[in-house]
Amino acid sequence: MYHWIPFWPDTAAVNAIVVNNLYIAELGVSGLIMVTVVAMMLTFCIRYRKGSATSRADRVQKTWHFEIGWTIATLGAFLVLFVWGAAIYIWLYQAPRGDEEVYVVAKQWMWKIEHPGGQREIDALHVPVNKTIRVVMASEDVIHSFFIPAFRIKRDVVPGTLETIWFKADKTGVFKLECTQFCGLQHATMHGEVDVLSGPDYARWLTGQGVHESLAEQGEAVFRAHGCSGCHGDNSTVHAPSLAGLYGTYVHLQDGSVRLADEAYIRDCILNPRSFTVAGYPPLMPDFTGQLGEDDLLKLVAYIKSLAKQESAQ
Amino acid sequence: MSVTTVERGPAAEPAAAFSAPSYLTEENTVASWLLTRDHKRIALLFFASITFFFFIGGFAATLMRLNLATPGGLLQPAVYNRMFTMHGIIMVWFFLIPSIPTTFGNFFVPLMIGARDLAFPRVNLGSWYVFNLSGLVVLYSLVMGGADTGWTFYTPLSTSYADGYVFAAAMAVFINGFSSIMTSLNFIVTIHRLRAPGMTWMRLPLFVWGIYAVSVVMLTATPVLAMDTFLLAVERFLGVGLFDPNHGGDPLLWQHMFWFYSHPAVYIMILPAMGVVSEIIPCYARRPVFGYAGMTMALMAIAILSFFVWAHHMFVAGISIYSGVAFSLMTFFVAVPSAIKVFNWTVSLHKGSITFDAPMLYALGFVLLFTLGGVTGLMLATLGIDVDVHGTYFVVAHFHYIMVGATVSAFFGALHYWWPKMTGRMYPETWARFAAILTYVGFNLTFFPQFILGYLGMPRRSYTYPPEWQSWNLLSSAGASILAIAYILPLLYLGWSLFRGRKASANPWRATGLEWATRSPPPAHNFERTPVVTLEPYCYDPERDTYVTQEGVPHAG
Repeated sequence: MYHWIPFWPDTAAVNAIVVNNLYIAELGVSGLIMVTVVAMMLTFCIRYRKGSATSRADRVQKTWHFEIGWTIATLGAFLVLFVWGAAIYIWLYQAPRGDEEVYVVAKQWMWKIEHPGGQREIDALHVPVNKTIRVVMASEDVIHSFFIPAFRIKRDVVPGTLETIWFKADKTGVFKLECTQFCGLQHATMHGEVDVLSGPDYARWLTGQGVHESLAEQGEAVFRAHGCSGCHGDNSTVHAPSLAGLYGTYVHLQDGSVRLADEAYIRDCILNPRSFTVAGYPPLMPDFTGQLGEDDLLKLVAYIKSLAKQESAQ
Repeated sequence: MSVTTVERGPAAEPAAAFSAPSYLTEENTVASWLLTRDHKRIALLFFASITFFFFIGGFAATLMRLNLATPGGLLQPAVYNRMFTMHGIIMVWFFLIPSIPTTFGNFFVPLMIGARDLAFPRVNLGSWYVFNLSGLVVLYSLVMGGADTGWTFYTPLSTSYADGYVFAAAMAVFINGFSSIMTSLNFIVTIHRLRAPGMTWMRLPLFVWGIYAVSVVMLTATPVLAMDTFLLAVERFLGVGLFDPNHGGDPLLWQHMFWFYSHPAVYIMILPAMGVVSEIIPCYARRPVFGYAGMTMALMAIAILSFFVWAHHMFVAGISIYSGVAFSLMTFFVAVPSAIKVFNWTVSLHKGSITFDAPMLYALGFVLLFTLGGVTGLMLATLGIDVDVHGTYFVVAHFHYIMVGATVSAFFGALHYWWPKMTGRMYPETWARFAAILTYVGFNLTFFPQFILGYLGMPRRSYTYPPEWQSWNLLSSAGASILAIAYILPLLYLGWSLFRGRKASANPWRATGLEWATRSPPPAHNFERTPVVTLEPYCYDPERDTYVTQEGVPHAG
């Protein structure tokens, strides 16, 4: 769409088209400001150079109405840009459930990708075209930043929490995946590629990975190994909140606050349960800080989310 | 309001033959320099220190641009990472932040308000020693191998993972802050208390307003940086878990505290530069600055609003969407007074009688580069676009346009404009014009390609990049070599002019400020008698080519 503009990056997602439009508008406003300033400066410098015959009489004495004029003009233009940019931001940063999900673990200096079906890859991300992909990201060490230039999306992956982002690629092909937050010695080589495949190609790719156990199934094993099932399992007699149907609902906590049970909330509850005691339940759960790596945490999150799916299916 | 012990009277005839020696020749033992309490000598001491650090930081930049000339690079990754970190730390805290305030501010604020010295001369000297102490610590960090975190010290990389001399670098920044605080406190008290009779607030030259605004920001923001770097050091040494999530800390706490200082710090770098340009443009356009009152209000508005925009560095960092929106709005607000200033400077050329001496070329270059830096700043303030270009070379290009393009241009403009007053010698005009134009060309060649690279998606702080980006990087490196020449040139011809330059008269530019009412170079006590101010600054008349100084002395064309 914008290929006639020189030096334009690939545009390969619905997100990118929306950002492109704003970018063009902003280039226009910036160009207008620059041209105004340069034109005024050049004109004045030539007309009023020392020794030119142009009259200097009747200089503007009252300046305030000019100043109010360009205050209002710039403020008006800026507010339009602000609202436009903010609307896109809110849209970009509220990840919908999505048609597909992928889990990303960032570590010095690689992107580890885990698909819900259990397929794993490193520094490569295979996704289907024309599907909304929800990306759930964790960092094992420092802050990284997940950036796909052709999709115009980016989000820091901050250790200690889960971040989500989404995109919907509208073109097949291979695009860059980068880290844009300095993350140590080999930051510059922490990049990979995003392979956008057609639906059938993607299905073929998934089955070609030779995986037997989905991420949720792996999570269930972790769930049993760490004794979670003892309290949160179906047959448990301990008074613990049920996890079935939890994901995506609003949870009332003991301290009166209400939290959306998204991936970050589930992770927080596992690691730091005393801060998220559910209203009406005793604070019995031990905290699991330091006992679970980001990989296992994501598997657990995938498992607990799968419980939600079963519930809503019934 | 002012020191009035000296007899008041009509201004002394400039360039009158006084027998008293100048501040440069009065006494020339080593002790008389190192223990001086004269603001003018301290300004030169600061000038020596920051020039040294400018070239150290510039050397690091040279290595970086050499490395980026080819995709594969030249330096070891560890070396490159340390070079950009030290480049940032040294340029920000050891050149840009002190640059204009400690040199030209120190030298000219007392002269421009008609004072004998700053309010606290010993504190002023102390500030230079504290600055040099912090300079020694940062040099230690550099010589031992440097820090490897980026100048922003993001946690938990800086607290738990980086293995360079992060602690020393953070301590250098910590100590450096006290120098900022001492200097800014001194300016605030001086400007409040030591103005000459008749020098009301609305008659202050805009440079003094710029220094006043920046001092307010420095004095209020720097303590936060001190706490911040102190906490970083504590966590790195003791692992107390303030910022590292593995110990129960929050990485974003660091970013909030860091940017709470470091965003105002951007304005610390630009406000004095705005003041300089507001002096130069009226003088060379021979007409009053357009909208003096608006200019002062814009300066103060920027200073105050600068405290409410820090999280625009964190739009993609995991702050809540709502705070992202709020900080974006505040950022657009702070752009409004900046836009007013740009338009006012430009219109200050209208119906002038313009000459294009080197200071004016630097000032016009400042306005253009600041405007380009400003409009790209608008893009970064726009949330939807920031998500795309954050952390790429687009950001690098943007802040270099402001901090280097604008501030360093103003620094060189000030250096040329006030050189005759500081040294008593004229600089060679042709060479200076050549250097000013070369700066402009070299700067744009270096940094404009980086906007394109950034939009194409090249991440900053990378020692290597894909081959398809080489042409833009090569162009940038080529521009950097031109820029390096443009920065070294003044060192040569200004050095030459110290010995061979034509002797300067008291007021070679026919300017209106009080600093031109005394001799070049001024005597140690600045004025033979305390000036009495009767007029606003910039009373130039382009129609008759006359001007009236702030003391009310008319001069024919």
